[in-house]
Amino acid sequence: MTSPTETPGTAPARPGAPAPTAGPTLEVTGLTTTFDRGGRQVLAVRGVDVSVGPGESLVLLGESGSGKSVTIRSILRLYGSSARHTGSVVLGEEDLMQLDPAAVRAVRGRTIAMVPQDPNGSLDPLRPVGRQLEQVLRLHGVVDDRRAARARALELLALVGIPSPARVAGSHPHELSGGMRQRVAIAIAVACDPVVLLADEPTTALDVTVQSQILDLFGDLQERLGTALLLVTHDVSVAADVADRVAVMYAGSIVEEGPAQQVLENPRHPYTQALLDAIPRPTSERGHLKAIPGSPPVAGTGFHGCSFADRCALAEESCRTQPPALLPVADGHRAACPVANPVVAA
Amino acid sequence: MTTQAPALAPAAVSRPRTARRSRRLPAPALVSAVVLAVVAALTLLAPLISPYGPLEGDLAARLQPIGSPGHLLGTDGQGRDVLTRLLHGARPSLLAGLLPVVFAAAVGIVLGLVAALGHPRVHTFVMRSLDVLYAFPAVLLAIAIAAALGSGISNAIIALAVILVPPVARVTESEAMRIKSADFMAAAQVSGAGRVSIALRQVLPNVAPGVAVYATALVGLSIVYAAGLSYLGLGVSPPTAEWGVMVSEMQQYLFTAPLLLLVPAVAILVVSVAFNVLGDGLRDFFNVRTDAS
Amino acid sequence: MSPAGAPGPAGEKLLDVVDLAKTFPNGTRAADDVSFTVARGETLGVVGESGCGKSTTAKMVLRLLQPDRGAVTFAGTDVLRAHGRDLKEVRRRLQLVPQNPQTSFNPRLTVRSSLEFNLRAHGVARRTWRSTVDDMLVRCGLRAEQGDSYPHELSGGQLQRAAIARALVTGPDLVVCDEAVSALDKSVQAQVLNLLAELQADLGVSYLFISHDLSVVEHISDRVLVMYLGRVVEQATAGSLYRDPAHPYTRALLSSAPGAPGERIVLTGEPPDPADPPSGCTFRTRCPWVMDKCAADRPLLEVTPAGSLAACHLNLTSPPALAAPSPA
Repeated sequence: MTSPTETPGTAPARPGAPAPTAGPTLEVTGLTTTFDRGGRQVLAVRGVDVSVGPGESLVLLGESGSGKSVTIRSILRLYGSSARHTGSVVLGEEDLMQLDPAAVRAVRGRTIAMVPQDPNGSLDPLRPVGRQLEQVLRLHGVVDDRRAARARALELLALVGIPSPARVAGSHPHELSGGMRQRVAIAIAVACDPVVLLADEPTTALDVTVQSQILDLFGDLQERLGTALLLVTHDVSVAADVADRVAVMYAGSIVEEGPAQQVLENPRHPYTQALLDAIPRPTSERGHLKAIPGSPPVAGTGFHGCSFADRCALAEESCRTQPPALLPVADGHRAACPVANPVVAA
Repeated sequence: MTTQAPALAPAAVSRPRTARRSRRLPAPALVSAVVLAVVAALTLLAPLISPYGPLEGDLAARLQPIGSPGHLLGTDGQGRDVLTRLLHGARPSLLAGLLPVVFAAAVGIVLGLVAALGHPRVHTFVMRSLDVLYAFPAVLLAIAIAAALGSGISNAIIALAVILVPPVARVTESEAMRIKSADFMAAAQVSGAGRVSIALRQVLPNVAPGVAVYATALVGLSIVYAAGLSYLGLGVSPPTAEWGVMVSEMQQYLFTAPLLLLVPAVAILVVSVAFNVLGDGLRDFFNVRTDAS
Repeated sequence: MSPAGAPGPAGEKLLDVVDLAKTFPNGTRAADDVSFTVARGETLGVVGESGCGKSTTAKMVLRLLQPDRGAVTFAGTDVLRAHGRDLKEVRRRLQLVPQNPQTSFNPRLTVRSSLEFNLRAHGVARRTWRSTVDDMLVRCGLRAEQGDSYPHELSGGQLQRAAIARALVTGPDLVVCDEAVSALDKSVQAQVLNLLAELQADLGVSYLFISHDLSVVEHISDRVLVMYLGRVVEQATAGSLYRDPAHPYTRALLSSAPGAPGERIVLTGEPPDPADPPSGCTFRTRCPWVMDKCAADRPLLEVTPAGSLAACHLNLTSPPALAAPSPA
């Protein structure tokens, strides 16, 4: 086990100061994840390229089975030996895919941290949450002694908008509401000033009115700490709320990626368009929602051409044979649909 | 970390929803099933294939060792052929193992369902009554009941059935309680169907596999208990061939012909273990269906 | 069996719920004087966050849970006291589409067997089962042979169609949809919402549509009930709820919906413990417009200037104040 202080590139970013290196904090290139399911190879992530810079928030938007959660779990190498990966995940100077498991563990929680969907699963039900936060701080050597750990824990709880940190620190998880627990989970995630924060459906288990509070907290933390955020959600309104950039995933691939406003208001991929159309709006006539026929493919389904072709209104013969490439369609905006975005002769 | 070319080629088209673990019994259970099938065949064919009559003894050829000419498994203290008695003894031994379980399963399932799906007071009454039976050690209770009823195979079967009812009812009740809170039970209730219909058509199909698996394992136990009762003279009585009786008879020759004693003992052991292993295998087999995501 | 049950004139009052109340043994006040009606052919939406009592109310209407007090009258029958044939008839005409399609079907029965179970319960002749089930499956967008599948062999969307078919197969007048589209992917959710609307137009069935998702409720419903902490805080037609929300809680809910115009109202804090609700107005602890009066008096549902019903003191004293919120 490498001592955390010896691990290169993990010097905690100071609050407010973005990482010194220009360019993306986290750069994922050609990431694939394959699971072995009883001898059957299931390709759950089929070559994903994303990058997120300091203070930026990127949302991976997709439905069940799209591979969005597998993508961020793969970035953290959480599947261990049960999955095979190709591609690279460059964080600062290091490629996480090339590190040995011990080195990855040292990076996890310190340089790159994750906020879970359900904080109940990640908090120890038997210990006060303050203790758990202190343990994380001491485990990663952020603070030297107990007293400092305690002080820093209270600071962090205040940072995530908990009104009475001292009282909450002494509470057990079951004594806290869902929103409070999620705030504690976020405090633990940002405890070591991570450069990148990953979040898997962090508000899905919460009520709408609490959801907006937590989403605001993410924005607030990013502003103060300069953290890069990679958030996974199935909810378009969540994406609209927090994203600088949105990457839409379908069947293990990114089908469209670009600035949030452009992607959500002027989508260039038929799937994104259809997904937005399917959401009931005050103007949509009852019984006439623009539904997408069929259902999303089950994770690992193989395709010869475009994965959306079977459900797409624009599909042509070529769509079923030619896998579409993710090509630029506007400034910083890419889409994987040659039919909706014909190449204009340059 | 292997550095292959990015595997962007389409993966084999798969349908995980329907693809599931192969629906086959695990190997040990399969072996057990084969063993039990062979035992069952030999049991049925006993009168045809056994070389002698079960009571036919030759006092001149007492305690012949295993492998003697004309007596493959030797002879007992009265010069009767052990192989013959083993084959003929299989029928009462297996019946005394199976029938109590069949009776206990029938009664136990009904009691378990009534307890789980009935009024809370009915639940308390049924379960506490069963607890009374639980308060006595099962073997002693079986001996007491058999002794009270008098010796004979049917009384042994009754005694064993009585002691096996509480565990079957317990298993049924706990499975049914779990099913009771399942989402589909709300839909079943809203359908307007009566309680009996819900119990038989919605709950029973979910409870039956678990109980069947449990009962299979109980058969092994029941065979041992039945042999035990016969050994004590409370089940089948000599000179009828039965495995427990055989053990009891051979016991006096423990020091002169110990291997002969092992013959019926091994038969009891093999059949009882086979039922247990088969029960385990069936549980794995059925779980495949229940864990549908 | 005629698919729409005993036909009656549209607009006739079908379900009448009066002052339904339920407090659980742990002190949670799940429903506190909930009253509403559903007319024939109408969709009443019920919206609210977790713990607001919407599912408890649905369970009491379906007589899956006994209320502490209150009355439920369905097509002239007292649901809570019905027994024998009357209860059976209520069951036939009052059906349920549960939330989770994966668990709402018995895993050991085929979809067809599950639908036939409902037909059997009402003494429908066995020889008609196959055609009745096939018709209903096809009507709900499935292929007849999919009826012979086990639940784990179908997708969530397909199963939810089957659940709708199961609810409709005995020809009910009212179907309670308890979060019926919440577990579905958005692209599939739209299909199921369209199906529900189509079936309503064809069969004249009424829905009691319960969901936490305001945009879905607003889309499918004629009228909407907004619940908070066991109480109805607003009741309005879907259109006017969207245009002129009267209750501050409704306004907050609306403003957090996607594509909502205007400034977002971010509520502070979280819903209080339902076992220990605040005095007076239960929303006062999170309300940006809270007044002294709110702690003392429980506001009752009263007619608002927009013609809907809302339980808010503000609404009656100074309606225009809502236009200029000043969140503390």
